[in-house]
Amino acid sequence: MFYREAGEFKTTYAKDQQTFPIALDRWGYFITLALAFLAVPFFINDYWANAVVLPFLIYVIAALGLNILTGYCGQVSLGTGGFMAVGAYASYKLMTAFPDLNIVFVILLSGGITALVGMLFGLPSLRIKGFYLAVATLAAQFFLVWLFNKVPWFYNYSASGQISAPERTLFGQAVTGANAVPAISYLFCLVFVVVLAWAARNLTRGANGRKWMAIRDMDIAAEIIGVNPLKTKLTAFGVSSFYIGVSGALLFAVYLGAAEVGEAFGINKSFLVLFMIIIGGLGSIFGSFAGAAFMVLMPVLLKNIMVGQFGFPTDIAAHFEFVIVGGLIVVFLIVEPHGLAMLWRIAKEKLRLWPFPH
Amino acid sequence: MSAGFYFGVEVFLNGLMAGVMYSLVALGFVLIFKASGIFNYAQGVMALFAALTLVGFQSGQIPFAHLINAVFGTELHHFGWKMPTILALIFTLMVMILFAFLVEKFILKHLVNQEPIILFMATIGLAYFMEGFGDLMWGSEIKKLDIGIPQGGNFWLEEKTATLGGDGFYGFYLDNLDIWATVCAIILVASLVVFSQYTKTGRALRAVADDHQAALSVGISLRAIWVIVWSIAGFVALIAGIMWGSKSGVQFSLSLIALKALPVLMLGGFTSIPGAIIGGLIIGVGEKMFEFLIGAPFLGGATENWFAYMLALLFLVFRPQGLFGEKIIERV
Amino acid sequence: MNTQSYVTADGRTIGPAVMEMKNITLRFGGVVAIKDISFDIRQGEIRAIIGPNGAGKSSMLNVMNGFYHPQEGEVMFHGTKRRAMRPHQIAHQGIARTFQNIALFKGMSTLDNIMTGRLTHMKSGLLRQMVWWGASERDEVKNREVVEKIIDFLEIQAIRKTPVGRLPYGLQKRVELARALAAEPKLLLLDEPMAGMNVEEKEDMSRFILDVNDEFGTTIALIEHDMGVVMDIADRVVVMDYGKKIGDGTPEEVRTNQNVIDAYLGVAHD
Repeated sequence: MFYREAGEFKTTYAKDQQTFPIALDRWGYFITLALAFLAVPFFINDYWANAVVLPFLIYVIAALGLNILTGYCGQVSLGTGGFMAVGAYASYKLMTAFPDLNIVFVILLSGGITALVGMLFGLPSLRIKGFYLAVATLAAQFFLVWLFNKVPWFYNYSASGQISAPERTLFGQAVTGANAVPAISYLFCLVFVVVLAWAARNLTRGANGRKWMAIRDMDIAAEIIGVNPLKTKLTAFGVSSFYIGVSGALLFAVYLGAAEVGEAFGINKSFLVLFMIIIGGLGSIFGSFAGAAFMVLMPVLLKNIMVGQFGFPTDIAAHFEFVIVGGLIVVFLIVEPHGLAMLWRIAKEKLRLWPFPH
Repeated sequence: MSAGFYFGVEVFLNGLMAGVMYSLVALGFVLIFKASGIFNYAQGVMALFAALTLVGFQSGQIPFAHLINAVFGTELHHFGWKMPTILALIFTLMVMILFAFLVEKFILKHLVNQEPIILFMATIGLAYFMEGFGDLMWGSEIKKLDIGIPQGGNFWLEEKTATLGGDGFYGFYLDNLDIWATVCAIILVASLVVFSQYTKTGRALRAVADDHQAALSVGISLRAIWVIVWSIAGFVALIAGIMWGSKSGVQFSLSLIALKALPVLMLGGFTSIPGAIIGGLIIGVGEKMFEFLIGAPFLGGATENWFAYMLALLFLVFRPQGLFGEKIIERV
Repeated sequence: MNTQSYVTADGRTIGPAVMEMKNITLRFGGVVAIKDISFDIRQGEIRAIIGPNGAGKSSMLNVMNGFYHPQEGEVMFHGTKRRAMRPHQIAHQGIARTFQNIALFKGMSTLDNIMTGRLTHMKSGLLRQMVWWGASERDEVKNREVVEKIIDFLEIQAIRKTPVGRLPYGLQKRVELARALAAEPKLLLLDEPMAGMNVEEKEDMSRFILDVNDEFGTTIALIEHDMGVVMDIADRVVVMDYGKKIGDGTPEEVRTNQNVIDAYLGVAHD
């Protein structure tokens, strides 16, 4: 009744191809953006920032990156944790080697370095396909973690083997280090999320996105209509790793502050981000947001209910978390293999026709 | 011959024995993949779960004691009796078969005809579920598993070979447990090969692997086959769980052995039983020798974490069809 | 060699050879799929390749668009010998094709599928795509206009936004043709465009093929089983059997060729 497209006529192809073709969606999007930038910073406190909002924003970037590679280009990767580690260690080396380098450039350069590493590990994708490639990306995961663990140069020969982020400021405000205020960290990450999500949307809507999807849906046919498979797969690996690297750098520099590679960037990180895009929806920008929100919020919620309400010991709550996450993934795959994004789309379809059944 | 050479031989033998274990886990994967096209990531967690259950039965633990205590404020932990090993083994096997039934009923049945990648992700979900469930049921502390396999070095072999090398060589040091594990694994591998080649069920299994539709049309029940292969995979998991569990205790890291089987599969192919065996041996020997010759002296050690993957990766780049696959002719 | 242009009875101009296959031999291991075959395709004509199952027709098409590389012989395109190229490079030279078993991109809409046909004409630099406004958007709209013309031409306006997986078989075939046409190819290869269609659909498809040839002047090479259709629409026909060429000429010549009659009526091979 209220949510509909009747009466909206598209008179140009550009208008037909816009991101939110329905006016109500467009308004919803602008209002969300305005709230995120103008309202949330005044209400955010330490607990919300650290437990929910910051991890959510940072994982959205990683999920966008993995979704580009897996959801759009069809190359399953289990190396996300390793690539996030590259981003984190690159940002650490850049921050300590060039103390005057602006933190924004540090993060972007870390993404760039990760992109190069990602493309290197993407090279075999021309010859290795499907599950074999998924397992091959594990090589990246284990090798990279081992490398950052064993080569002291990467952690500047610190005795603990940890890396910790020095304080860096932007416009006079501390963004990293102990003096960073939640509101500032939040805004810093939010800008990255908005810009990168917008870029991801643009990359996937046009010629470039169609190349990725063509390779995903049928690589031989794609090559015959003129898509260069190696170049296309490598751009997917590169762009994806850039996002994942940025996410890893932010996770380390802004959120964690200090990190040890095996603990912060182990194989579980790879699965966490993979779950985000499965639950959210493969090949969907919105899905990356929904999946990240789900995977970040659910443990917090479970913990609050089980420990807070029922007084369970924390280890039991942690075990339940595994059971519930695992169970939900199976249920999701059975009920809707296309994830939350598809459920959202179906709900909108229904809403468009409401209150008429057809 | 110098002592160094004999140390090399010792490392080689150890690698061979580790390789047999990898083959064993890889076989669990291959069986399920062949029969249902599912890449079962949960294989390792199944081994952990089987080992946990075995220890639980043996020591008379009360399942979910921790949870019950938390909810009702009780102080339960053990029934107060010990179960003979053989009985515990039988009960554990029954649990694994029950598990196969449940997996078929609640997961596989609903995911028929889904894309392989969806099935793969479902098994990752299953792995998470089982890991949490196992911990809830039996507790998450490290447990000792002892079913009476002798442990420690094999002194007989050490004495007999002590005279071989020169100064500083005191004979081959092989762990009794490893020797046992190797013998068990060889028997198991051989019986699985016999099972799938020469029994009626084995033939049905291979028919399903070749073509689901055709198998259905000649009256083979797909669902029964799935339950059977998942039960066999559960059995293989139990053996692997016992071997690894007796060696390093039953704990979470046990579920990671599954990851070690993955490069074996890449090398040998997902559908080849001989591939899994040879691949396992190559990886086992390869990573031990690499660590001995290059890893430990020059790279700071612990190269076993990634060597197998890199080896498989490089191998596939040059030979994408794997060890035993035929050259792929692409069609449109 | 045919260099002389001529005008057909229905007023189309047939030019010199666009593609020449010279002594092509293709083997898979010990199996010979194509044995020493030569023929040419002339500018503006509809050239059919026919033959019984397993005659090597599809392999021939795969050689023409560079998916298979023949062990012997050479392919001349526009008068120059073609080097060993990957299929995507050959697509950029202006050869497009459809597939015997439909090879559409299942996860995309009809419109997006046809837009992939324009990829050889579009720029996809990462930075300009990322920014979108300006160059990328103009590029997209310009190519969308071309695609919309083809959508109108093939009468598939109503299914523009439908995911291709939901379309019936006949329409999928048509979308595939649209995708190949979107590339504005110099040479269009059609692999059994009418396989599995009923009479009505076949008539539609024949009409589209003739219209494409007539209106855009596209050179077409097609494989077809249905002799009746081939005889109606083709200018010249190559007949293959067991990897060998057994006939070549106008439909009339081929129809009366004794070898061809034997192959189709099933005379024992000696």
